[in-house]
Amino acid sequence: MAGRVDGKVAFITGAARGQGRSHALRLAQEGADIIAVDIAGSIPGMDRFYPGATQDDLDETVARVEALDRRIVAIKADVRDFTALKDALDSGVAELGHLDVVSANAGVFQFGDKTEDVSDEDWDTVNDINAKGVWHTAKAAIPHLKQQGTGGSIVLTSSTAGIMGTPNVAAYTASKHAVVGIMKTLALELAPFSIRVNSVHPTGVNTQMIRNEATYRLFLPDTPHPTDEQAEEVFRTTNALPIPWVEPVDISNAVLFLASDEARYVTGLQLKVDAGYTLK
Amino acid sequence: MAGRVEGKVAFVTGAARGQGRSHALRLAQEGADIIAVDLVGQIDSVPYDMSRPADLEETVRQIEALDRRIVAKQADVRDFDALKSALDDGVAELGKLDIVSANAGIFSFGTMEELTETEFDDMLAVNLKGVWHTAKAAIPHLRANKGGSMVLTSSTAGILAVPNIGHYVAAKHGVVGLMKTLALELADDFIRVNSVHPTSVNTDMIQNAATYALFAPDLPEAERTKETVGKRFQTMNVLPIPWVEPVDVSNAVLWLASDESRYVTGLQLKVDAGQTLK
Repeated sequence: MAGRVDGKVAFITGAARGQGRSHALRLAQEGADIIAVDIAGSIPGMDRFYPGATQDDLDETVARVEALDRRIVAIKADVRDFTALKDALDSGVAELGHLDVVSANAGVFQFGDKTEDVSDEDWDTVNDINAKGVWHTAKAAIPHLKQQGTGGSIVLTSSTAGIMGTPNVAAYTASKHAVVGIMKTLALELAPFSIRVNSVHPTGVNTQMIRNEATYRLFLPDTPHPTDEQAEEVFRTTNALPIPWVEPVDISNAVLFLASDEARYVTGLQLKVDAGYTLK
Repeated sequence: MAGRVEGKVAFVTGAARGQGRSHALRLAQEGADIIAVDLVGQIDSVPYDMSRPADLEETVRQIEALDRRIVAKQADVRDFDALKSALDDGVAELGKLDIVSANAGIFSFGTMEELTETEFDDMLAVNLKGVWHTAKAAIPHLRANKGGSMVLTSSTAGILAVPNIGHYVAAKHGVVGLMKTLALELADDFIRVNSVHPTSVNTDMIQNAATYALFAPDLPEAERTKETVGKRFQTMNVLPIPWVEPVDVSNAVLWLASDESRYVTGLQLKVDAGQTLK
């Protein structure tokens, strides 16, 4: 049976680990070739939250995609640097021949300060990666999609924090709401070219971004060293379904649906994979 | 390769033709057995020909051709007892229930000041109360099944208003309220509840003289063709298409029905070619 995105080429940012790697693998399982970028390095201002992805992580994504017998071009690039990102994508398209799917996934999570206490540096780090980086990703991809004239599917990674407010997470919440504005604008601008643009809105996802003591303490401020069990319990209260978090593959299955021709007339959708988080 | 809903049983209302038949077929292609109900009859306030028994028989034939099982019954979603007994019979025969597609719906039109009592009541009875009945009949089976996926058919008119169909807009907005409430009430039992919101779909519900007249009142009847009216429909969408096909909505239903969306609940899944962006 043909894969659900057989013969397509997908560009994925933040592909070294976590959701980005999962998206690359899920799309490759269903027949896509992959252009992967990641900063694959530590980001100033982020180390006090959780460690950055590494070159080894990106190499592991390459190995796993190749093990599926799909092609992958992986390049180290920072979504904040438009020229580097564009060069990476251009060389990927030159090698793999075309571009059909874009997953603007690269993102960082910072938290803990009241809005009035967030520093300019932290605000800029989060918004430059999560919002401006998404714009850069789209901007680099659009010429390829338009020039081919075969449509395309762009999936922007937002969050439940792109729909609702979240106390003590101002910069991230602002950046993820901005992604929705970018998505809706792109959907209108690109519809005449049959290029579809949608966003995904995960609740907590079981990756290093939340599975760390600093994040646990955001939810359990009075517990000096929260355990996994304590974290599970408190994360579960945020969702309607009785689960603490979803797995990366759950977001990948949403990205796959939006990337595939099954969603050929779906554009402008905020696709929540949120276990009912936003209902509460 | 196993189908995406292999071994599941799906209950589909309004399954005789149009989107309902398409949902039944798409789910069956991916391995589900089907419990199908349809009124297969006319409602007087509906200005186009509704389904007939032969339509439901054709759905049965097409499902069986896919080597899946189907239990098909005539039932009116307005009649809870009849609907419940049809579903109970289907579950007794097919063994369980995993998926519900509350799809049965009607269309009629008139401004709010012109609509008659009957037009308003029929619309709400089928498109809103019928959805509640469908959920109510299904919930005990889904609880017994320890989980499931319910997909309620709303519309872009469940998100924004369109003139001349206020009763339809009200009913389809009502479906959203029902969906969100059910999603909260059933979450602890791992029963997921979501809605789909199609733009116009290429079925008999829109491809008829009465709907053509609504969209092209200025054109002489002879000039109201699929092509000329299609251009009017296209102005509502952002993507350059007049309408979507039933299978496009079915693919959304399939995704929501499958374990690929195991943690998706409370979602309004638009299949709307961007209509609600405008």
